[in-house]
Amino acid sequence: MSEAVEAAVAVPAILAEVKPAVLPRAVLVENNRSFAWISDKICGIIEGPTPRWWWICFGVASFIASFTVAGLIYLVGTGVGVWGHRSPINWGWPIVNFVFWIGIGHAGTLISAILCLLRQKWRTSINRAAEAMTIFAVVCAGIFPLFHVGRVWFAWYLFPLPNSNGIWQNFRSPLEWDVFAVSTYGTVSVLFWYVGMIPDLGLLRDRFTAAGKRVRAFLYGLFAMGWRGSNRHWSNYEMAYLILAGIATPLVLSVHTIVSFDFAVSLIPGWHTTIFPPYFVAGAIYSGFGMVLTLVLPLRAVFKLEDLITQHHIDNMCKIALATGSMVGYAYMMEFFIAWYGANPNEGFTFINRAFGPYAWAYWTMVTCNVIVPQFFWFKGVRRNIAFVWILSLLVNVGMWMERFVIICTSLTRDFLPSSWGYLSPTVVDIFTFFGTFGVFGTLFLLFIRFLPMMPMAEIKAVTPQADAHHGHH
Amino acid sequence: MSHVFSKRSNSLPLQLVLYLFVLGGTVTAAVTYYCTPKYLRVGYAPVQPVPYDHSLHAGQLGLDCRYCHSNVDQSGFANLPTSQTCMNCHKLVKPQSPLLAVVRASFESGAPVPWVQVHKAPDYVYFNHAIHVNRGVSCVECHGRIDQMTVVTHAKSLSMKFCLDCHRAPAQFLRAPQDLYHLAASTLAEQGRTADAARFIQQAKIKPPQSCSGCHR
Repeated sequence: MSEAVEAAVAVPAILAEVKPAVLPRAVLVENNRSFAWISDKICGIIEGPTPRWWWICFGVASFIASFTVAGLIYLVGTGVGVWGHRSPINWGWPIVNFVFWIGIGHAGTLISAILCLLRQKWRTSINRAAEAMTIFAVVCAGIFPLFHVGRVWFAWYLFPLPNSNGIWQNFRSPLEWDVFAVSTYGTVSVLFWYVGMIPDLGLLRDRFTAAGKRVRAFLYGLFAMGWRGSNRHWSNYEMAYLILAGIATPLVLSVHTIVSFDFAVSLIPGWHTTIFPPYFVAGAIYSGFGMVLTLVLPLRAVFKLEDLITQHHIDNMCKIALATGSMVGYAYMMEFFIAWYGANPNEGFTFINRAFGPYAWAYWTMVTCNVIVPQFFWFKGVRRNIAFVWILSLLVNVGMWMERFVIICTSLTRDFLPSSWGYLSPTVVDIFTFFGTFGVFGTLFLLFIRFLPMMPMAEIKAVTPQADAHHGHH
Repeated sequence: MSHVFSKRSNSLPLQLVLYLFVLGGTVTAAVTYYCTPKYLRVGYAPVQPVPYDHSLHAGQLGLDCRYCHSNVDQSGFANLPTSQTCMNCHKLVKPQSPLLAVVRASFESGAPVPWVQVHKAPDYVYFNHAIHVNRGVSCVECHGRIDQMTVVTHAKSLSMKFCLDCHRAPAQFLRAPQDLYHLAASTLAEQGRTADAARFIQQAKIKPPQSCSGCHR
């Protein structure tokens, strides 16, 4: 029969030579791990005894956080003058730190919202930790403008509440937009984080119930809000998650756009440019991915999560950092180009001053960290060297802090009137308050990895090779 | 399946939301009513060392405000009278009255009568008394009908909104110069003399500041 068929259907000889390229999709959970293994692995981190290193890190982080607390108590007790900003630099370190921290948060929202809508399944292993990072970064960011208002007990003036003063907020001010952008961002991020966690909290409740740990079963059960994993629950949950992803997606772009308006809407040379919104958003995502790598790589090593956070994940994060870092580098070039092409002498002076003036050290540190460092991510060898990637991720954040410092300080210290030129010197209180926010962030993050599932187990199970009954076919 | 919670707790989140809503509404309403100068300041009438009766002196006898508060139209600070001012009359009028013992003691010792301040601008507010009086703002505008008070009482809220209401629309509140110390007189606007009010504003160059630093210098 076979001979007859072959004779009837003459196969063109060329087909024998056609060799379609084999492009296997990267496996998102390696070593063919089972569902139970994933549950045991992630829940085990919470259920097991508190590791000694956790206590040490927690102690160090809390100690560092006390620097912020002490700095703020001193500030409130004495006055905002204990910070180093003086006329003409009325936005000193606090605003640099605000933009720095708020930028870091953006990677979490990008991973959780945009990558969710784009069905990028690799997001599942890192999104929970990245969202936690977002929320804690917003907390750290919020400290600075809150206390920068001077009399922090009047900070409620920022909100349009009826009051006996007969005054109303100036809605034409981008600083007022900031209040709403950041508070919306914080609220939506917390909601998104929490809603995504409900199935996992339900799992933890069940496991603690089975283990007879009633207090913890009660607490996790309280926040699991009666999750049973029924079909209807899942259906509602998926829809809620999708809606939240839709709400959060514009926030990735809007929050840092509005932060950039704080500068771009003013008339200060070096700030008054239309490139600021996209440039700030790219920078924010760049710094955010830097921070995600800084956090996730040690977690991966400590908890032996190599099967869940694979080389594929690290590659992808490095590539996004490369793309956004290059966008930032492009924006730096464009600023110089427009300063020349626009032929505005003040603008031209500002950029020459940035590169060769008193803050040249900060400018070139920024260029090194934000333009040169990400270029290493072109190379596979670099991306596979985890320790090196981690060091680069630290440099990314150094660079992004420097970027905000350069933007704020170079422009404000050299405004239109040479008689009001100055130089910003931070005080000890400035430095300690900022240093302490890393402790605040670290303390919150350590509490997160100790008490909450740091990876979305339900979502990871859905992207395992096991969950695909057809094994990649169809 | 694990049953950590009973079925009754299903309605708990909704109840919590409702309770929080009611609580939030109550707190908001209470703050809006009780935590304003309208509630907190109006009606303040402390016991004074001398039971000086404004309704008798300014009302029945018709003393001009400036007889005692002699610098209100010349100084940024509105002064209280010294006991010498009181004794101008009270050397002859009721010289032995026990109610005036504190005044006589002050007159003899030179130590001022410890009056309790009723109307007080906060220290973060710059307020110049003379400029207001000289630009057609009558005493009654901020202090109320002092000429009818037996005990001086905080009559107006003197909140920031109270200041701004006038600073934003001065034409509504100005009085003719001869009416400034006649507390019963009505404003130019109330008399229908809006054109006069407008001319007054133009001639006296009345431009009340509305910027923050106008008062919070």
